[in-house]
Amino acid sequence: MKGIIRASAAIVIISAVLFYAVHLLESSSATSGSGSISVYNWGEYIDPELIDQFEEETGIQVIYETFDSNESMMTKVEQGGTSYDVAMPSEYAIEKMKENDLLLPIDHSKLPNLDNIDPYFLDLPFDPGNEYSIPYFWGTVGIAYNPTLLEGQTFENWDDLWNPTLEQEVILVDSAREVIGMGLNSLGYSLNSTDLGELREATDKLKTLGPNVKAIIGDEIVEMMRREEAAVAVTWSGQAADMMWINEDIDYAVPEEGSNLWFDNMIIPSTAGNVDGAHQFINFMLDAEVAAQNADYVGYSSPNAAALELMDPEVTGDERFYPTEQMRDRLEVYENLGLEMLGVYNELFLEFKMDMEK
Amino acid sequence: MTNRSSRPWYLAPYYIWIVLFVIAPIALVVYFSFLDLAGDFTLENYANFFSSTYFRMTLSSFWYAFLITLISVLIAYPTAYWLTKTKHKQLWLLLIIIPSWINLLLKAYAFIGIFGLYGPANQLIQFFGAGPLQILFTDFSFIFVAVYIFIPFMVLPIFNSLDKINPALIDASRDLGASQWTTFRRVIFPLAINGVKSGVQAVFIPALSLFVITRLIAGNKVITLGTAIEQQFLVTQNWGMGSTIAVFLILFMIIIMLLTGPKEKGGALNGKAK
Repeated sequence: MKGIIRASAAIVIISAVLFYAVHLLESSSATSGSGSISVYNWGEYIDPELIDQFEEETGIQVIYETFDSNESMMTKVEQGGTSYDVAMPSEYAIEKMKENDLLLPIDHSKLPNLDNIDPYFLDLPFDPGNEYSIPYFWGTVGIAYNPTLLEGQTFENWDDLWNPTLEQEVILVDSAREVIGMGLNSLGYSLNSTDLGELREATDKLKTLGPNVKAIIGDEIVEMMRREEAAVAVTWSGQAADMMWINEDIDYAVPEEGSNLWFDNMIIPSTAGNVDGAHQFINFMLDAEVAAQNADYVGYSSPNAAALELMDPEVTGDERFYPTEQMRDRLEVYENLGLEMLGVYNELFLEFKMDMEK
Repeated sequence: MTNRSSRPWYLAPYYIWIVLFVIAPIALVVYFSFLDLAGDFTLENYANFFSSTYFRMTLSSFWYAFLITLISVLIAYPTAYWLTKTKHKQLWLLLIIIPSWINLLLKAYAFIGIFGLYGPANQLIQFFGAGPLQILFTDFSFIFVAVYIFIPFMVLPIFNSLDKINPALIDASRDLGASQWTTFRRVIFPLAINGVKSGVQAVFIPALSLFVITRLIAGNKVITLGTAIEQQFLVTQNWGMGSTIAVFLILFMIIIMLLTGPKEKGGALNGKAK
């Protein structure tokens, strides 16, 4: 009994000391400036140096957390718990958050740097007048491939993925809308289709892709392609840019039938605790130099016209990542199809996965 | 009423714990399983579960969990038996347990490297003259990694029950003329069966709902009930359907617990003659 009491006492004392140490550490790093903000972003989606720079310039402490899907981000914001001040969801998620009153309006007078943004990316249908959101990055969904591992195959069309020589070579991104959307696009349908017949046809067609599919994974795709474990990947443009950064053999193409054009935007969730700090952070990210540095680091396409002028013209002139407006016409933006339809997409995606050859 | 007075007050934290963290969550899961997307009462989720997709998923989850458990037993039993014979039992046991302290994700990522086209596993294969094989994202890699992860949980209970067997019983069996095989079959195996049963529980049930390694190691080509629950909650946001799958998972677990639960046949079976 004595032993137990002694052990318990030791645990209590150690916990208390650790607790105090944590308290000391936290208070020492957040003494200066006006409080802190928490930023909730996709993984690998900001240059960490910029966070330090922001902290130095404003004295605001940044607590940085990441998510890996719009849906999980929304679930967390909706449940409260942590009060995020800035988050970077995609356009269809913004529509949904708006419907659920999860957003705070953004005060444009506090964002002088907003003028830097290319007007093409402002006032888009998902948020007229940019009342709730400010563009962060944009990009496409396409095919990243490594010609040195292939025998001259190119990817002008989605159907090129069905080429029998690509057995066990294709990696798909683990996301229902991207993969089902690819099936729809390859048949010439809209990737916002809600027609059950079209969706069934797309899924049945995807199932015939089974023998070529190596895996359906998330961010690990980049590492797989870099190390030449796979030759072809259906993925987002920025992930392709990440791969090329390390492995210069890799190329990226957006198939002719069309694909997805997406926009990620900075928003202020309704649970925000430091709205003023959030505005400061958004304005900071809109600064031309900051946006240019960030785009260089992240590899996605920046909507910031002033930043593009500061960047390497070889990058900003690359039509694979900065498609011309004419090329963008072939692309479609995801619409918020509602939970019911999202469920249908996911069920079909699950069915596709279940059907795959192992 | 005598029953109540015999429950001491210091069990109160235990009861509060059970109500808050066992009974309440299960009740919530059952409640949510009867709700549709709009939050209205429905039985549709249950009807949906018996649709072809989920039914096939259940069957395949069981099949993989069965394989993982079977292979774990086949490896863990001899290991545990050998452990009881060694000099430094505790040291060997510790060496088997230590890997289970390492984060599952870390182990999964390590295996991505090991099983890769240019990883050590393929280098070994090439050394013996065969071409590089696709090991990652196959049934083989999935079952291999799952078995690797679960082995400590199978070795421990089997070791404990084998170690408890009174050596005098084995000597007696030999003295009475039983062969080694008969001794194992008639004495050791029945005495240690409860260890195997708890090992099976500790492996089969989590194996039914694995979802991290189905993505990282099997490339989502193996879909378990766990994957489906994760997707329903995080992506589809259909908590009703997610809860329904969870309800079935709980039912399967209860059935397995009942099947493998220790049957009391009097104290003699487990008794260590003193």
